Amino acid sequence: MQRLPMTRSETFAALLVEHARVRGDRPALREKHLGIWQALTWQQVYARVQKLACGLAALGIKQGDHVAVIGENRPQLYMSMMATQALGAVPIPLYQDAVAQEMVYVLQDAAVSVAVVEDQEQVDKMLEVRDQCPALRSIVYDDPRGLRHYVDSALLSCDELATLGQQQDAQAFFTQSVAGVQPHDPAAMFYTSGTTGKPKGVVLTHHALIDRARAVEAMEGLTDHEEVVAYLPVAWIGQNMFSYTQLLVTGFTVNHPESPETVTIDMRDIGPTYYFAPPRVLEGLLTQVTIRMEDAGWVKRNMYEWAMKVARRVGAQVLDHKSVPVIERLRYALGNALIFAPLRNVLGMSRVRIAYTAGEAIGPDLFVFYRSIGINLKQLYGSTETAVFVCVQPDGNVKPDTVGPPVAGVEVRVTADGEILLKSPGLFKEYYRNPEATQETMTSDGWFRTGDAGYLDEDGHLKIIDRAKDVGKLADGSLFAPKYLENKLKFFSHIKEVVAFGAGQSEVCAFINIDLEAVGNWAERRGLAYAGYADLAARDEVYALIADCVEQVNRDLSQDQRLSKSQISRFLILHKELDPDDDELTRTRKVRRGFVAQKYAVLVEALFAGRERQYIDTEVKFEDGRTGRISADLKIRSVRLAAPNVAPVASS
Amino acid sequence: MTTQLRERIGAIVLEMQNISLAFGGVKALTDISFDVREHEIRAIIGPNGAGKSSMLNVINGVYTPQQGSITFAGEQFNKMNPRRAAEMGVARTFQNLALFKGMSVLDNIMTGRNLRMTSGIFAQAFRLGSAEREEIRHREFVENLIDFLEIQAYRKTPVGRLPYGLQKRVDLGRALAMEPRLLLLDEPMAGMNIEEKQDMSRFILDVNDEFGTTIVLIEHDMGVVMDISDRVVVLDYGRKIGDGTPEQVRQNEAVISAYLGVAH
Repeated sequence: MQRLPMTRSETFAALLVEHARVRGDRPALREKHLGIWQALTWQQVYARVQKLACGLAALGIKQGDHVAVIGENRPQLYMSMMATQALGAVPIPLYQDAVAQEMVYVLQDAAVSVAVVEDQEQVDKMLEVRDQCPALRSIVYDDPRGLRHYVDSALLSCDELATLGQQQDAQAFFTQSVAGVQPHDPAAMFYTSGTTGKPKGVVLTHHALIDRARAVEAMEGLTDHEEVVAYLPVAWIGQNMFSYTQLLVTGFTVNHPESPETVTIDMRDIGPTYYFAPPRVLEGLLTQVTIRMEDAGWVKRNMYEWAMKVARRVGAQVLDHKSVPVIERLRYALGNALIFAPLRNVLGMSRVRIAYTAGEAIGPDLFVFYRSIGINLKQLYGSTETAVFVCVQPDGNVKPDTVGPPVAGVEVRVTADGEILLKSPGLFKEYYRNPEATQETMTSDGWFRTGDAGYLDEDGHLKIIDRAKDVGKLADGSLFAPKYLENKLKFFSHIKEVVAFGAGQSEVCAFINIDLEAVGNWAERRGLAYAGYADLAARDEVYALIADCVEQVNRDLSQDQRLSKSQISRFLILHKELDPDDDELTRTRKVRRGFVAQKYAVLVEALFAGRERQYIDTEVKFEDGRTGRISADLKIRSVRLAAPNVAPVASS
Repeated sequence: MTTQLRERIGAIVLEMQNISLAFGGVKALTDISFDVREHEIRAIIGPNGAGKSSMLNVINGVYTPQQGSITFAGEQFNKMNPRRAAEMGVARTFQNLALFKGMSVLDNIMTGRNLRMTSGIFAQAFRLGSAEREEIRHREFVENLIDFLEIQAYRKTPVGRLPYGLQKRVDLGRALAMEPRLLLLDEPMAGMNIEEKQDMSRFILDVNDEFGTTIVLIEHDMGVVMDISDRVVVLDYGRKIGDGTPEQVRQNEAVISAYLGVAH
């Protein structure tokens, strides 16, 4: 296979030009249309971006302007971002599932004048908020379905945008425009959902993003033959780095799923070699596998259980090329033939060479599961402000409880009170129009405060404990790290979300969201009828099921001297799922702890008061933006605590 | 939106005149007349046993009325038969679904193209050039429907494994594959939860809007019907007791008493 040279350009648009020249016939973007995968080559992408850029210029976009991009992963949206960057303007990807009013803040703050959106749903949102956003002049859409009867001078399709640009001498204009963009100019802006307060616009330069992508390209030996499936929101820096910045830096192929529901099928079609998933997606996949295995016949179930035992014993060592006894190696090979290889195939991960997980802490059991079946899953650590790649676990030296050593170019320091500080070429330029916030995150000697608590271990691998501000103390002064407890509970397939409380209290209590799919399946097999989430969540049988999980975690905690006081003494199952539409989760599905505590203050109080039930009435927001109220009388259940440092009682 | 639809409504495409239908001594329909205009959504409503399904079966030729005539697209008939109706562009969905459970979603919808296939069984069996080209054309049409109905994820799934609401969507897809001029929907929302009903309502409106298909639907969920129909016929015990826009029907005394009951 002929190796084409690595890229050298320093801005996104220049990278595009370089790819069109060097690997013009290689596929850049692929999309499944009418059931058939159709590729756009780098040449085709380049030609289209040129036209779109001229079109945007005709709409008045010039250097430094902001263009909002809203939708799923779609070639037209990717190319609009490239076109925006070619003009020296700044694309702002937004979460496509946000309701219209959530977008208003960003559209106003960044004075967005053009929004490129996917379909009618997003067009409707833009039209709804247009009066509040006077700067918004044009709305460009990709999919015309349902928009035939819309008469509005601000609306135009991507194709119309491309023809708008034909009036200019596209080639000359484009070349001149690209030459005017400098590496230290802003390349993209991401609004951090933030678990607290108003979102902040994180400005990242061409240099910061491209530098980090190059560092990882070198570290992992990525080539332009990688296949990637982009299925997470581009508004999340993780996906954006992985499927947009790295696409342009390394020049591989990014595939766009047909629809969000078809991702599993599309993964199998494509067989990506480079894969990225936040823990919740990996957890979801594992839940599905577990459910399917529980429903399988006796023979298959036993084969699976046997093979997984072998995998847990030696799988990770085999993957790391460590020494493993011959007999175990043979067992693993048999397991691979019968279970692991078919399982990887079902997950669409047969060809995965490198898989990353990031976004939040991953349960060690979940992490080890994937590695033990032969998928090279690695953790990485980073954030929007640091252009994702701060630490990455290296091949052959993966410690499940760390996020690996710093990537080339990054310096890490830990303060006396445990906060992680760093310096990196990937650091953001500033928070947009918010110098106070920018200043707050930087120390006087130029280090960036991550807000995470952790330490570097003896091998120089970084270990993250929790968000620095979330780590607290119980009333008696012992350590309370809520995220740690929550992650332990969330590894049970029946539990979807947990919020643990205990800072300043003498005991620990928790809210729990059950996983409707897993518990629903469990209930079905027991012939337990239920009407929906709220009904199922209130069942005594379900409470007993969850209590078992909590007791197991308590036994685990009792083994750990530092955390034995953090055993959970009482819990309740919430009557509704925590939802970003109700502001309880961020769009990346992280619990907004403070908000939840405030919203459900009655429940928190009832938990700590040791009451047996508590009535609660809450407001909920539906997907279309309407609101309603739901109320429930929730049961509270106490759980047995394990005696500290005593081995678990053997079941009789 | 509604006003735009109104403007699109054209000439009368189907006219039912004085239709009476009896099974032995049971009178299912008595002297019913109404018309359906091009591009409109026309609902037939009524309590259980009012004769709604019988009416639908008369339109597509399953039942032959003892009296009355049917005028479709300018041609008058005393009786229709299902094959003839299908050839003239009348497609329907079924209340209890009539899909091939073991076949994939794709294949089920492909069966709707049956009447439009021209190559012979021999050419198809041996995949001769003409047959292959034709299949590709039909497949493209069907893929567009799959995209339209948002069922890409289930393309290859056997229909029997899908939840009820999705099966209903496949049934609609199969009917649409005929590129019908007139689409008959037999209780499209029966047995659905609210969310599924909302989805289905949106698809019915979209079909009407995107393809300009004339739709006759029967339904006993009043709320849904009133929201999406242009005009409504109300039946009770086989007689027509109301006909007009949803607002007019809602205020009709006879309709109110049929639905809510009156003190006798």
